[in-house]
Amino acid sequence: MSGARPAPGAAPPRSADVGPPPAPPKLPGSLETNRRLSQWLRLLPEGRVVVTPGKVEIGQGILTALAQIAADELDVDYARVSVQAAATDHSPNEGVTSGSRSVQDSGLALRHACAAARAIHLGVVAQRSGVPLEALRVEDGTFLAPDGRAIGSYWAEAGSALLECAAPHDVAPKPAAARRVAGTSAPRLDLPDKVFGVPRFLHDMRLPGMAFARIVRPPSRGARLEGVPEAPASARLVVDGSFLAIVCASEAEAAAAAARLAARARWAERDTLPPAGELPQRFRADAVETAGIAARPGSGVAPARTLRAEFFRPYIAHASIGTCCAVARMSEAGLEVWSHSQSIFALRRDLGLALRLPAERIVVHHREGAGCYGHNGADDVALDAALVARAMPGTPVRVQWSREDELGWAPFAAANLVAVEAKVAEDGTLLSWAQDVYGNGHLSRPGCAETPSLLAASHLAAPFPAPVALNPAPAGGGGADRNAVPLYRTGGLSVRVHRWLEMPLRTSSFRALGAMANVLAIESVMDELAQAAGRDSVEYRLAHLDDPRAHAVIEAALAMAGAPPPGRGEGTGRGLAFARYKGSGAWCAVVAEVEAEEEVRVRRLWIAADAGEVVNPEGAAHQIEGGAVQAVSIALKERVTFDGRAVTSNSWETYPILRFSEVPTVEVRLIPRPEEPPLGTGECATGPTVAAIANAIHDALGVRVRTLPFTAENIALAMG
Amino acid sequence: MTVAFELNGAAVALDLPPETPLVHALRDGLGLFGTRWGCGAEACGACMVLLDGKAVPSCTLALDAVAGRRVLSVEGLGTPTAPHPLQEAFLAEQAGQCGYCLSGILVSAAALLETNPDPDEAAVRAALDRNLCRCGAHNRIIRAVLRAAAAMRGVPA
Repeated sequence: MSGARPAPGAAPPRSADVGPPPAPPKLPGSLETNRRLSQWLRLLPEGRVVVTPGKVEIGQGILTALAQIAADELDVDYARVSVQAAATDHSPNEGVTSGSRSVQDSGLALRHACAAARAIHLGVVAQRSGVPLEALRVEDGTFLAPDGRAIGSYWAEAGSALLECAAPHDVAPKPAAARRVAGTSAPRLDLPDKVFGVPRFLHDMRLPGMAFARIVRPPSRGARLEGVPEAPASARLVVDGSFLAIVCASEAEAAAAAARLAARARWAERDTLPPAGELPQRFRADAVETAGIAARPGSGVAPARTLRAEFFRPYIAHASIGTCCAVARMSEAGLEVWSHSQSIFALRRDLGLALRLPAERIVVHHREGAGCYGHNGADDVALDAALVARAMPGTPVRVQWSREDELGWAPFAAANLVAVEAKVAEDGTLLSWAQDVYGNGHLSRPGCAETPSLLAASHLAAPFPAPVALNPAPAGGGGADRNAVPLYRTGGLSVRVHRWLEMPLRTSSFRALGAMANVLAIESVMDELAQAAGRDSVEYRLAHLDDPRAHAVIEAALAMAGAPPPGRGEGTGRGLAFARYKGSGAWCAVVAEVEAEEEVRVRRLWIAADAGEVVNPEGAAHQIEGGAVQAVSIALKERVTFDGRAVTSNSWETYPILRFSEVPTVEVRLIPRPEEPPLGTGECATGPTVAAIANAIHDALGVRVRTLPFTAENIALAMG
Repeated sequence: MTVAFELNGAAVALDLPPETPLVHALRDGLGLFGTRWGCGAEACGACMVLLDGKAVPSCTLALDAVAGRRVLSVEGLGTPTAPHPLQEAFLAEQAGQCGYCLSGILVSAAALLETNPDPDEAAVRAALDRNLCRCGAHNRIIRAVLRAAAAMRGVPA
């Protein structure tokens, strides 16, 4: 054996006389595909740094983290750095701002780009001044000789085009120990505006001569527009097939006029939606596309016990507090759109398809919207605004969705059924694990299909068929199958995903995608297997986990929670759950404490996570806590409801979310790993929180609830 | 028709249709965009203002109903140079993610502290129960309100 295997991390052996020369190593993150340094940052003569990433602020605080990274690598004061919102005409194309990947993709690219910018400037100054390169220092953007003499600055070189070059490979960003700003909890750059009511959201944007439109959506999914009354004198209608918009001089008039128009427009309606209770059967009986995700033969040892269990997560709404909004203006030059989309480049492409306009004649500018937890209606409303703007060339048009559209027509998180079959030895040791995931795919973002994915495109007189949601590839974390492969040592393994090819309700990406249902399934089954073997559920998990970072978060969460309170099993309970997000992201363990009387209430959560390097610890902890609180809301309350024709949960009364009086106290601990690659934090707590609640309910009531949400009704059904 | 009322301590007169919801009158009539529209049905709290000191939704409140009355929006609480203790506390606690709900929450919290300068956590939760937050910033917001209350009572942070 000795000498036959390369060292871990070494390049594979290659023969000297065959094959192409070695490719240079990849540049970090999005820099690999956007190499010009001037795409990433600008240095201004007045002493400011403007960072220009392609990732966008969606309420997660990424702008702040990027400014911290830039300040560190350039050696400038954090206060000198600002971040410019992305636009398709100048920003690096960084794809989608999603998947807890902003720091990995954009942050690591920017870190390298800024380190390169610093090195290039120092090289020029060294040559010019004769001071050896190694002797130069940078202090808040000024270049200092060893005697403390200032011999230049970034600001003095601002006009010299030093950044008009491709990023070099041979640049080493600072070691973790030398960072002063990244790794600290710098305050959010965007928060002061939001606390003082300063206009900052896209919703607040006004342009001279702006018109305000509202969309009158079909009353149900299969409805077709048959007749429209005359518009009032002060309004204008834009009609294209079953797309109906009303345009007024103000938002107040548009909202009122849209309500009146909705009551008078005539539609032909028909049933298109299946009974909600039949979804699990339909997922299995209808046409599906099956994909194998993981397969490994078992040892052949005969099992002592087999556990089969099925879990169901209903459709979930994004339910942002602000409804989706867009501004569009059509001119001879083309279309300009302002959007809070997560993927401005793909939106530009789908707008081009829907409007039959070359993409190069469209510019999409990002502006901040309300909280974004995945593919919501942001892209759809951009097409709404563009369709109206096309009918009124030269006039800037603003469209904001109604609350009913937001909860009823934005893409939903896909409903999923997860079936697990686990076989164990007498002592509970896993011998094999099979997990089958059913339901719609989790990806119908713009840019993913031949036809545009934008809502109104399927309502036009010449309609585009709505693309049926796909699942992202397993290498990207998968979709319905996200986290379907247990991190536990299972013995044999079979994981398959069966994508439903009908899509009665449009589904797409929502925070954590399939991880919520899969982690609920895995962690519920692990608890149940431990109990059946008479073993402690934590000891049982650890015995099946080889990963020391997994052990560390589980042990940390337990230590945070301390001894359980009295009254366990009598309406009060605790549960633990664990997952490594996507199998490749952050490790997270959650302990939940619940009280279960007439309704379940989550009282406390203790969360330990390991997300590698953390650029802004407070921001990361806040992302984890926010994800966990949202998961509590989904676990206890949320379910999209519908009848044969329409979504009926289209108001806050019919789609309630967790309120202040119901929010648990949350403690978050991040395990410091400054030398490890950053892994993102926005989604890692979602699955473990839901699963920890399920296990806590079992602890309190002795019942395994496998259908979300954990309402009194679903608990009663589980009790049989 | 002109409707006159007091806004953020100053007299204003607006020439808009009397049925215009106050949230739109503030945003498009006066260019004060801090008050946010979220549902139009008094169900989310994003549009809360103080009307004669009481926190109310402004999405269904007709402009003519505030004639002669005292309205305070988030802009009237404080400014970056003269912040309200609540605004200072929200920044100190970094109490917000997307921030869309914050104006309404700040206004609700200001109404609470007017009547109860020393609330406990349960009182803060109860006072904010009409305000929805989807990002899960609730606990930081509660801490910020308690911090502001302490500051206003002169208790060192």
